[in-house]
Amino acid sequence: MEKVKQKDLILYSGLIILGLAAPYLFSAFKVQLTYLCVLIVLAMTWNLQGGEMGYNTFGNILFYGLGMYLTASVQVGMFFPLAEWTESGGEKTFVHTTAQYFQGIGVGLLVAAIIPTIIAGAIGYAILGLRGHYFAICTLGLGIAAGEIAGGIEIIGAGQGFTTPPFPAEIVDAEARGKFFYFLSFALLIGTFVFVKYIYGSRFRLILNAIRDNEDKAEAMGIQTMKYKIVGWMCSAFFCGLAGGIMGGLIGYIDSTDVAFDGREMGVFMVLMAILGGKGTLWGPVIGATLFHFFKEGLWTLILGWQYVALGVLIVVIVVYFPEGLMGWLREKYPERFGEVIDEKDRKAQVELK
Amino acid sequence: MDFLIFKAPMLMVQASLDGILLGILFALIAYGMALQWGVMNIINIAQGDLVILGGYIAYTIYLWGIHPAWGVIISPIIMFFVGWGLYKLVINKVVDRDLFISILATFGIAIVFQQLMNFIFGADVVVAQSEYGTTMLFDNSVTLPNSKIFSAFISVLYAIALVIYMRKSKLGRAIRATAQNARAAKILGVDTEKVYAATFGINAALCGIAGALISITLTLHPYVGLPYTVRSFMIVIVAGLGNLPAVAVSGMGLGLFEEFADYILGTEFRIGAVFLLLVLILVYRRFKLSRKREYLK
Repeated sequence: MEKVKQKDLILYSGLIILGLAAPYLFSAFKVQLTYLCVLIVLAMTWNLQGGEMGYNTFGNILFYGLGMYLTASVQVGMFFPLAEWTESGGEKTFVHTTAQYFQGIGVGLLVAAIIPTIIAGAIGYAILGLRGHYFAICTLGLGIAAGEIAGGIEIIGAGQGFTTPPFPAEIVDAEARGKFFYFLSFALLIGTFVFVKYIYGSRFRLILNAIRDNEDKAEAMGIQTMKYKIVGWMCSAFFCGLAGGIMGGLIGYIDSTDVAFDGREMGVFMVLMAILGGKGTLWGPVIGATLFHFFKEGLWTLILGWQYVALGVLIVVIVVYFPEGLMGWLREKYPERFGEVIDEKDRKAQVELK
Repeated sequence: MDFLIFKAPMLMVQASLDGILLGILFALIAYGMALQWGVMNIINIAQGDLVILGGYIAYTIYLWGIHPAWGVIISPIIMFFVGWGLYKLVINKVVDRDLFISILATFGIAIVFQQLMNFIFGADVVVAQSEYGTTMLFDNSVTLPNSKIFSAFISVLYAIALVIYMRKSKLGRAIRATAQNARAAKILGVDTEKVYAATFGINAALCGIAGALISITLTLHPYVGLPYTVRSFMIVIVAGLGNLPAVAVSGMGLGLFEEFADYILGTEFRIGAVFLLLVLILVYRRFKLSRKREYLK
């Protein structure tokens, strides 16, 4: 047992060092690395719903988009009139000083974490009572409705989009912007990972799994399933909101349906990444997101124009042929590594049955 | 209330007539969805994209110089085979699985369809001109395009034909038997695999008809499929599976809701209102059902 822990320690410290060194080692790819961190966060939080709780949601994009809009609105609204900013390229007339910029993004991220969490609690009470596919379609509707509605609201830029405050011009180091957003997202990634790992070792995860496996029985055993489902969803919303806020700052421009409530890209990616890696595992979403990101960045440019076709085919293939994902496949192959004790006799009997 | 629609009562008549005619079209798509949901137990997110594909087939024959109304005959025939092929390629692998698998798999299919249509037909909003003219009612204060009346008429005609076909024909009986109990049907000699393929084909054909009608009454665009999926899903959960009159009525109700939302909230919120209505219906349903839920009977 002691040995395993030491191995873990080496693994984690190695990864953290790699993560800290990455922007210096691959300084041309800082934006990609930031994307990767955010994708991993989204996949891990989706996994809490889809993998652990068995509630497959398309709606986490709602919190991501909300976080994006909230961070940008707070960052602007704290110092300048928001309506004028969005109406006619206010970023040209109003300039954030360095201190204002960082204060703004700090408070903005705080708001982007808190408000989606509250909203998740409120709508969670209404829609987490839905089961299975009704929940899936309902969250799909929520995500798209949010995008359509945000596209009609004037104060956040409506259809023409919302330019987030540009990085303060006083910091002349061209690398600084990339590094700032990378380390922000890396910190978020570490925070999310620690939190999810803590959940994986807690009773909370067992309750979520009980809800996934048989909700009626879990309820009959005296678990207040609704309470735990809502708390689970709020946890996801917290991290999704933060991820959205960081992404908004990084991209620099928020469009209602193509960037913020981007159900066609991010909303699908998070589901796909978690399933690709293997849902219901700690490392699955991390591996899935990394693989997917490499695949996407490597092949996207090669198959220009066909990327969505490839994405659609990929979804169909993964869902139809590998619903258990990479970790599920590994688990099938090397069950001993996952701490499962296999009864040889039983296995033989099953092989014979086949 | 400062809305135009409440000041001019004739607009209400206009919106109601538009809504009802549109709703009949939605009901036709929803009927296809109810059919495959009931028989195969899958939810097809690509439903709306099949509709749009059917519309583009009608639009193509319009470009060739044939009147687009012929699309309501040609498009379902082509779409039947598209549906059949789609079943053989993907859907047959997800029929017996978890519903979410079918949702995700058809979501993938929807993305592929959207993108392929974008390549083939371009990203412009197109419409096939039927040149049927318009009917003026109430001293010209209400205008009604004849193409909308035509589309509602054709929808009703096809729905009646399909109901008769399902009642009388051998395949129709096989489909209904499979819906009731697939295993028993199989034991009694029904080739369920073929029934499933035919069901999916019929569903796609219905989408083809609806698409052809949409190409002359509304507009086509590669990415507007999902709202049709959501509309039909909504109609089905309100009406229930296999209840055709209810499907027709709730389709019309949805059409009315949309037209009024269009006038009251503004066109930019129309799609948003549709999706929000879906959420509201599901939430209402959940609270209604939760009162009835009983454990440990």
